[in-house]
Amino acid sequence: MATEMHPGTQHEFATTRPPDAVQRYSTGERLTHWAVALAYVVLFLSGLALFHPFFYWISLWFGTPTFMRILHPFIGVALAILFFAYAARLWRENLFSPADRQWLRRMFAYMNGREEARVEGKYNAGQKAMYWSMVAMVVGLLVTGIFIWRPYIAPSIPLLGRRIASVIHAIFAFIMFVGIGIHIYAAVWTRGSMRAMTQGWVTRRWARYHHPGWYDRVARGRETVR
Amino acid sequence: MALESLDIRRRSASQTRAPDVRERLEVAKLIDISRCIGCKACQAACMEWNDLRDDVGQLGGSYDNPIDLTDRTWTVMRFYEEEIADKGLQWLIVKDGCLHCADPGCLKACPAPGAIVQYSNGIVDFQQDNCIGCGYCQTGCPFNIPRYGVRDGKAYKCTLCSDRVAVGLEPACIKTCPTQALSFGAKQDMIDIANARLVDLKERGFDKAAVYDPPGVSGTHVVYVMPHGDPALYRMPREASISPLVSLWRSGFARTLGVLTMVSVVVAGFFHWMKVGPVDPDARPPREGE
Repeated sequence: MATEMHPGTQHEFATTRPPDAVQRYSTGERLTHWAVALAYVVLFLSGLALFHPFFYWISLWFGTPTFMRILHPFIGVALAILFFAYAARLWRENLFSPADRQWLRRMFAYMNGREEARVEGKYNAGQKAMYWSMVAMVVGLLVTGIFIWRPYIAPSIPLLGRRIASVIHAIFAFIMFVGIGIHIYAAVWTRGSMRAMTQGWVTRRWARYHHPGWYDRVARGRETVR
Repeated sequence: MALESLDIRRRSASQTRAPDVRERLEVAKLIDISRCIGCKACQAACMEWNDLRDDVGQLGGSYDNPIDLTDRTWTVMRFYEEEIADKGLQWLIVKDGCLHCADPGCLKACPAPGAIVQYSNGIVDFQQDNCIGCGYCQTGCPFNIPRYGVRDGKAYKCTLCSDRVAVGLEPACIKTCPTQALSFGAKQDMIDIANARLVDLKERGFDKAAVYDPPGVSGTHVVYVMPHGDPALYRMPREASISPLVSLWRSGFARTLGVLTMVSVVVAGFFHWMKVGPVDPDARPPREGE
């Protein structure tokens, strides 16, 4: 009711963000992450349609199967560019530290609902492993994909090279699927993570629980989100 | 397609049987290299029957013209000069084109349902209206045969004149060959003719003469008589077979493993959630010092 509004105060955006929330991902990071995610969904669906005839019907979502085949490599290059732009901002925070060994040892206990080993970095060892495996998979998929890219590149690649590239492309695609599957599940499992990647912030308790080392540095103003 | 739609033995990227009530005689083309004079009448007949005119190309420094197969050149004579022990310089002429493998690598690799079919008579045919232009048939082919159209991006190759064969005619190249280097008929008859020819050739001193019907692809429906025997002299693979990489990549095993991997990720996530539930520090009662 307009009459009850405090006169003179600005009408604020109705956010649920608590005043003491901790910023975890910047707007740029979030938007890049979701652009990569969208490209991945397109690539996964079109790749699956080409891998197994059972899923060929997915190709009709793209209009025609031929158009899907033409589109797939362009989206792949777009994903690689976006992914590496994103990954270049994160690599330093994903370098393994000695404390990560402890976390990995207790990973399965944590997954089974027991206490998490203390995490020093912005990312835990599982996230770091995911980061580096995705870097490797995107590099591998990009290179092998370019090798088999008709009509631009493939004709100048020897047939043996195209055969090897085709096999590796398929294997890496499935490793990537497993990685992305774990990534998505972990984000849903760890309540608050999805909000961190959609709205950018986490609660103090979330930060203290999952990333106490990072939280301490942020609270002391030593680390900020770019 | 229309005339041969009831006798499809294999269909690319298809999990169930194609219509195959009609069983046809297994056919083959026999190319007797020892009788070929390299006149290229078969090339001309192929262009004429299939109504294809390739662009004017470039001279490659030999009699090869055009210098390679293309989307509009489905057969090409290749000329090789070879120094052969106790035979001296030999001029080898090989009519190149699809061999119509009994176990076709192109068909195995193709991801588009029905873009490649194999009829019960053994002819392997591309159905360009289903082709998506991915290049996998080139990856799968042990003989480097399929070629893509620059404008339409579709794969093309010799059809063994499936349209003519369907109505009881021999392929155009066979009809035109002036030296009977080319024969067409039942596969077994062609093998018999080839073997009889080997006897002739051996009498004439071609001790190593051999029939090329590579078992690695379960035999082909284009069979060669090679007077000097060694396929490598004719630039054909000695042990032709589908690359193990292609077999692995397109195998039912790999496809099933891929799908099982995907399903198991989803199932593992489902049961993990049911067992452990979410980690939610915000919903947990605060501990001392928090």
